[in-house]
Amino acid sequence: MNKTQNKSKIMQWIDARFPASKVFREHLSEYYAPKNFNFWYYFGSIALVLLVLQIITGVLLAMNYKPDAESAFASIEYIMRDVWGGWFIRYMHSTGASFFFIVVYLHMFRGLLYGSYRSPRELLWIFGMVIYVAMMMTAFFGYLLPWGQMSYWGAQVIVNLFDTIPLIGPALSEWIRGDYVISDITLNRFYALHYLVPFLLAGLVFLHIVSLHKVGSNNPDGIEIKKGKKGNKWDPRAPADGIPFHPYYTVKDTFGIAVFLLVFFAVVFFAPEMGGYFIEQPNFEPANPLKTPEHIAPVWYFTPYYAILRAVPSFAGTQVWGVLAMFASLAVFFFLPWLDRSPARSMRYKAWPCRAALGLFTLSFLVLGYLGTLPPTPGRTFAAQFFTLVYFAYFLLMPYYSKQGRVKTPPDRVTG
Amino acid sequence: MKKPSDSQVDGKRRRLLTAATTGMGLAGTAGMLVPFAGSMTPSARARAAGAPVEVDISGIAPGKQITVEWRGKPVWIIGRSEDSLAALDSLDRLLADPASKAGQQPDYARNPHRSIRRDVLVLVGICTHLGCSPKFRPEFADAKEGAFLCACHGSRFDLAGRVYRNVPAPTNLVVPPHRYLSENVLVIGEDGEAA
Amino acid sequence: MTRVLRALAPVLLLALAIGPAAHAAGSGAALTPYKASLRDKHSLQRGARLFVNYCLSCHSARFMRYSRVADDLEIPREVAKRNMLFTGEKIGDPMVAVMTKEDAEAWFGIAPPDLSLVARLRGDDWLYNYFLAFYLDPDAPNGWNNAIYPNTAMPHALHPLQGLQRALPPDEEGGPMRFEKVRAGSMSDAEYARAVGDLTNFLVYMGEPSRPARIRYGVWTFLFLLAFATLAYRLKKEYWRDIHE
Repeated sequence: MNKTQNKSKIMQWIDARFPASKVFREHLSEYYAPKNFNFWYYFGSIALVLLVLQIITGVLLAMNYKPDAESAFASIEYIMRDVWGGWFIRYMHSTGASFFFIVVYLHMFRGLLYGSYRSPRELLWIFGMVIYVAMMMTAFFGYLLPWGQMSYWGAQVIVNLFDTIPLIGPALSEWIRGDYVISDITLNRFYALHYLVPFLLAGLVFLHIVSLHKVGSNNPDGIEIKKGKKGNKWDPRAPADGIPFHPYYTVKDTFGIAVFLLVFFAVVFFAPEMGGYFIEQPNFEPANPLKTPEHIAPVWYFTPYYAILRAVPSFAGTQVWGVLAMFASLAVFFFLPWLDRSPARSMRYKAWPCRAALGLFTLSFLVLGYLGTLPPTPGRTFAAQFFTLVYFAYFLLMPYYSKQGRVKTPPDRVTG
Repeated sequence: MKKPSDSQVDGKRRRLLTAATTGMGLAGTAGMLVPFAGSMTPSARARAAGAPVEVDISGIAPGKQITVEWRGKPVWIIGRSEDSLAALDSLDRLLADPASKAGQQPDYARNPHRSIRRDVLVLVGICTHLGCSPKFRPEFADAKEGAFLCACHGSRFDLAGRVYRNVPAPTNLVVPPHRYLSENVLVIGEDGEAA
Repeated sequence: MTRVLRALAPVLLLALAIGPAAHAAGSGAALTPYKASLRDKHSLQRGARLFVNYCLSCHSARFMRYSRVADDLEIPREVAKRNMLFTGEKIGDPMVAVMTKEDAEAWFGIAPPDLSLVARLRGDDWLYNYFLAFYLDPDAPNGWNNAIYPNTAMPHALHPLQGLQRALPPDEEGGPMRFEKVRAGSMSDAEYARAVGDLTNFLVYMGEPSRPARIRYGVWTFLFLLAFATLAYRLKKEYWRDIHE
């Protein structure tokens, strides 16, 4: 009894100066989330955990890493061998990068599946997409740092993409590199940016969550619980289908995170190279500007875009079209909230053309990702071209096909 | 487990499960922090660089000083004559810790001459005040001015590295772990076998 | 959810069917499978001896310290000092070759690569087969060639052990290269194969010396998380009885 009084006094002192209890109530204990979240709703909290782990392991690695072409490669091996626990931290960071993308791709797929980008969640979606772009930048800068063959030539190829932009291209790619080839100078600035962007990313995540809590979570039925019946056992004014985020979703997400960590650490400890997909074999050889590896492939999370880049042939004397297609394939995601015209929000109630389109899009993304890891052959290039068309058709034809077919009527209350 | 239809909340079970999950979560986090914090301890490279140093001291003579680097610090090897050693006893009343009570030396050097061999003194050449390196003045070896003077703040030490009273330095100079491989080969940074 | 997974399954299968595995070996020569083992400390010790005596004069392993090798392979420090340090190095030093880069380039045309990570770059199979596949080639600049790594600049450093062999035309078009012994070495073929296995084991160990520790910690972490996930699941069930009533 004495103890609780004591605690509340401390809380009173804090609350008079900082709205700790208020924030806790508004964002956790009295934040009502739909009660029907399923498997796909775990990945948001998992992504947050990964961001924190990446920042912590990244800072620890930075204490021993040297952003210098002469010693970068050796400093990674120094971490792997001489630093106590260094291999654990490094593998967590390299595995974490890949898992961050896996988790975010699943999180994005959830958005596509249940229409989480639809009004009033357009800004929430756009913040999410900016986070995704910032992640790709961070990953790209970070991949150069080990200064292995794949790091070096991967960066060389990607930066050379900017070369194809008419007029300013060559000057732009030199500006990015700070040199005529990828060099010590490039490594140094990529390191600075690799350290910077994650903190911007954390700020973006804050905005993402603020806008989520403003509009409330969507759910697998795609209906607004705030507009439905009122009154649950915690609060007569709260949505009837809402349950307090804390404790119900905090305990559920804890379980989700535990299962995720089980998979994550299984890879960290038992297969950190993941068969050459998470850490590529050529990266065990120091960067050599005079010798290109036989086959350069970007890390797996970039390969769908890389396949689109290679699929578009050069014409009118320039290869800029592939580069444009690649950037366009990323940019179209931003317009999704305005492309979807279906009367229903969730795939559960959308008509068959929408369901077929999402299936084909997912297929094209996976196939393009796979093709991007392989050296091109005429057959594969043709397949990549076909699936590039499917990819773009998903977005560009959406205003048309999303209005076709018979929509099922969503229920008034959430199901399951 | 209770049936879901049982709407009575079992508060005790909840508190127990919450405590167990929280405890295990904290234990797991702590386990992960061990290598995180451990990565900041001296690495194999630092330890290899700070490995014991072998010194050939056949050239040592009374009043002579050899300085070697061990773990980035100067270590002095000082030759002493029997005369200057005899003078040490007369200084006791001028010293802050004449019997070397403070743990500034390994047990085998906790004697009036603070060394293994009477004629050879091994010291870390860093003033115990603020880390300057004192100067050896063999000409003052048996006088009350002190054989070592730290120029930074005027701390004085005798020929066994013992600190004088009323100087800024609080304790005697440090005797590093050391042992003799043979008559004239000294290893600094390693204790001798229990002997 | 199961519906979604069922819908995605054919997608994944199709994706796998479009092309061969991403990282198929490029060299073309068929390799005898070899899986290195780090369990047998005696094999690793023999491998370390071969490495120090036959490789280290030209190749460095500059990310590896003698002291680490000694401790990991359970070689007493004094024994390691006697058998591994020939040119005044300290036990804590990295394993650096005696030959300078300039000399090496003058003699071989190319500096011998550092071998710390060669196993992670090439793989266990490749290394094992490489050591078996040297043969005499009068057309090669140094008189040696290799069936696994054609036109290698490296002479056969282990030939006193293996002896000399010469290539025969394959049995069939495109078949594996065959060899004929022209002079015996100090080891029989079986002994040599075992020695090459020891050396490969040691190189694999050097590629990632913390691998045994990694797997050991992995098992404990996995068991811990399994228990934690079970507990978290119970906790979730307990609270969610409020919702599912």
